[in-house]
Amino acid sequence: MADPHVTRLRHGALITLTLVLMTLLLLLPLGVIFTETFSRGLGAVLGALTDPDAIDAIRLTLTVAAVSVPLNAICGTAAAWCIGRFDFPGRTLLTTLIELPFSVSPVISGLVWVLLFGANGWFGSWLDQHEVRIIFALPGLILATVFVTFPFVARSLLPLMREQGAAEEEAALTLGATGWQTFFRVTLPNIRWALLYGVLLCNARAMGEFGAVAVVSGHIRGQTLTMPLFVEALFNDYDWVGAFSVAALLSLLALVTLGLRVLLERQMGGSRRDIF
Amino acid sequence: MSLELRDLRKHFGRTAALDGLSLSVPQGEFLALLGPSGSGKTTLLRVVAGLEFAESGAIEINGRSMHDVPARKRGIGLVFQHYALFRHMSVARNVAFGLEVRRRSERPASTAIRTKVAELLDLMGIGELAERYPEQISGGQRQRVALARALAIEPSLLLLDEPFGALDAKVRKNLRIWLRDLHNRMGLTSVFVTHDQNEALEMADRVAVLRAGRIEQVDTPDRLYAEPVNAFVHEFLGESVRLDCIVTAGTARFQGLCGTNLATNCPPGPAIALVRPHEIGLLPGPGPVRVESVHATGPMPRVRVTFAGRTTEVLLPEAAPLPTIGQGYGIDLSRARIYTLNDVSNPLAAS
Amino acid sequence: MRLARRSSLPGFSLTLGITLTWLSLIVLLPLAALTLRPWELGIAGLWHSLTEPRVLAALRLSFGAATLAAAINVPLGLLIAWVMVRYRFPGRGLADSIIDMPLALPTAVAGISLTALFAPKGWIGALLTPLGIKVAYTPLGVLVALIFVGLPFVVRMLEPIILDLPADAEEAAATLGATRLQTLWRVTLPALAPTLLAGFGAALARGVGEYGSVIFIAGNMPMVSEIAPLLIVIRLEQLDYAGAAALGVAMLLLSFAILLVINRLQRWLIRT
Repeated sequence: MADPHVTRLRHGALITLTLVLMTLLLLLPLGVIFTETFSRGLGAVLGALTDPDAIDAIRLTLTVAAVSVPLNAICGTAAAWCIGRFDFPGRTLLTTLIELPFSVSPVISGLVWVLLFGANGWFGSWLDQHEVRIIFALPGLILATVFVTFPFVARSLLPLMREQGAAEEEAALTLGATGWQTFFRVTLPNIRWALLYGVLLCNARAMGEFGAVAVVSGHIRGQTLTMPLFVEALFNDYDWVGAFSVAALLSLLALVTLGLRVLLERQMGGSRRDIF
Repeated sequence: MSLELRDLRKHFGRTAALDGLSLSVPQGEFLALLGPSGSGKTTLLRVVAGLEFAESGAIEINGRSMHDVPARKRGIGLVFQHYALFRHMSVARNVAFGLEVRRRSERPASTAIRTKVAELLDLMGIGELAERYPEQISGGQRQRVALARALAIEPSLLLLDEPFGALDAKVRKNLRIWLRDLHNRMGLTSVFVTHDQNEALEMADRVAVLRAGRIEQVDTPDRLYAEPVNAFVHEFLGESVRLDCIVTAGTARFQGLCGTNLATNCPPGPAIALVRPHEIGLLPGPGPVRVESVHATGPMPRVRVTFAGRTTEVLLPEAAPLPTIGQGYGIDLSRARIYTLNDVSNPLAAS
Repeated sequence: MRLARRSSLPGFSLTLGITLTWLSLIVLLPLAALTLRPWELGIAGLWHSLTEPRVLAALRLSFGAATLAAAINVPLGLLIAWVMVRYRFPGRGLADSIIDMPLALPTAVAGISLTALFAPKGWIGALLTPLGIKVAYTPLGVLVALIFVGLPFVVRMLEPIILDLPADAEEAAATLGATRLQTLWRVTLPALAPTLLAGFGAALARGVGEYGSVIFIAGNMPMVSEIAPLLIVIRLEQLDYAGAAALGVAMLLLSFAILLVINRLQRWLIRT
């Protein structure tokens, strides 16, 4: 066998190389955000974040997430129940269709809504006549966000529900529980961590989405700029500190999400993992 | 409570899980469903419990049709093969579940529920486990929790799916006696599924032998063993030696065994004879049977013999004189049973 | 209810109804609009709209950079996944949890941060400028951004496979006198090949459609550093809906075709 010294050296070299690479590729971009943010001191950051437009962007981002995440959580759970608990023709096709939004470019995810509801869209003139605004307004932002975050919840629930099987639900039925009782007392407690996991990823994406909402936003300051879009606006205005302050806030969200995810993975046992 | 099943049919794809199955279980009986895997035992239990649905046929409990009664209103206690305990609830909460989900008007007060749960757990001998969670207790204990949970709703009928399947041999033995005793004490009507013939014969009042979705025979263990209605039941219960024979004009003749003809009412043609090792008699020689070896340990001496080109084991009666190795003997097959070939479970094995 | 085998569990009609309604409204109807819209240009118009030099340049850049980035991510991802699974070292847990950073970080944030890093006066840009290498505002910037967002796909797909890799095959090879490199080349890599390919495909697919992390660093010069998704946005701003949809459909079809080829190749690799 190989000389243990050489082996140790080789391992050390591999590990060092990996860590250097990861620092360059992953940590440096993160480091630069916080460095740039605080390059003019804390006061500038606080100023940037308390700017009325910034506050509007934060509020808008929270509103969009507050609407689209629960909607997708409920529908994702419904989808997981019907695909994970019943056998019917077309089940695989349905699973594929649910995952479809993940393989579509963010820009296309926004584009499709413009094609439906934009000025030249299918329903554009009808909406115009009735003075309903979807594109360049809050409903468009929500629709685009719902589209890109559509698969998260169903995807995190399905493998678990398949693995657990229906025995506990059947036991509950034979003991006299109604469908809703079975769901709330037996199924939901069993899937709660996976559900939370799906909601966590869904929320992170909903708050951080850029491409899809960029297309439907119209970039009206104080009205249709979510935080990521506001970052872009500030950056294009050469408001370096402002852009990085909002970016730092979003990075904190990402870090918290990553941390919570590790905790949830531990709760669920094993190394269940989903790609964002 | 009595259970009546009439002509139940159910298919999974093209295979019949239940193929015109009828059965009645009177009040107070402890009935075993015995059969090889895939014979439809578990499907039958699930259909009775309302978890699966037969394509045709009728299920009646106490004369009441269960056709439109959903699982949750059947009042049947089902103990699942792998127990299906609610993993996020304590043992006590598991047992209380069936009472807690009742409508407010029918639900006992919470103190009453607590008392009842404690009583049941004591009855099962696991009173001290109330606050544990399913993953913290042993297989045998889970089995008892599952039973307590099923009994909490005071079911009219108790169904058990392979209740001892996941337990080790020693625990299994103790639980059998205990469960049978519990059944008697509580005046239950129970149906349990097993593929273990010893379990079925030891515990049950009657045993129903299933094959391919049909009941071959329902009888007391004694009669089932002594008077199997066909070759399948004969071979499925206990040991049998299988011999080929030819039936002509009401007599079965064995090839290479002159003078061992048996009277039978089987139609003429090739047939098989099944005989249990203790039913074969060795007659003082000379004869076509050669003794290969003798094991005299235990109450009944076991003798390996060769005849007509095959080797088999014979159990001699207690205190019978031991045969001499290498010597030829005559054979007494008068207690063999003759079955027609289409009775045989696996026609290929007959040759 | 008749659709499914009759089941004792309740809620099939309700949940299937919700799922189908939601799916139709949120996914199918919009995608129908996408696929139907381009045809109003007519075949000739469609052809013209998709073969404009600017479009071809953008498609070439998007697909070319995504392919190159995915190819670079394969060895990088293999190295990281291998070290993460096989070695224990201080800080491993932390390192493992930041691998997903590129996916957790909103793309716009990644975009401005990479721009700041690689700008001529940035931490890395300042080091490269004296060497005559320009990253920000060039196609090279696109490549850097796509390497960043694609890396986690390769690592995360490889990790479980490396974990399940039977160690005895490697040990057997070692006892048979194979050197470390021979073992790696002849035993380990063939076993990982299908997954490497899958990771390559996932990173590629992500890279083709990537928008937020690219547009800041790319400079967006028409014909040079303008990516296809940006061209869709530009067409929309010009109210050329059909042209935007046509480009969108073309991108999707190209991606699916590539993924299909990769999938076939992967099956072929598994079989041999």
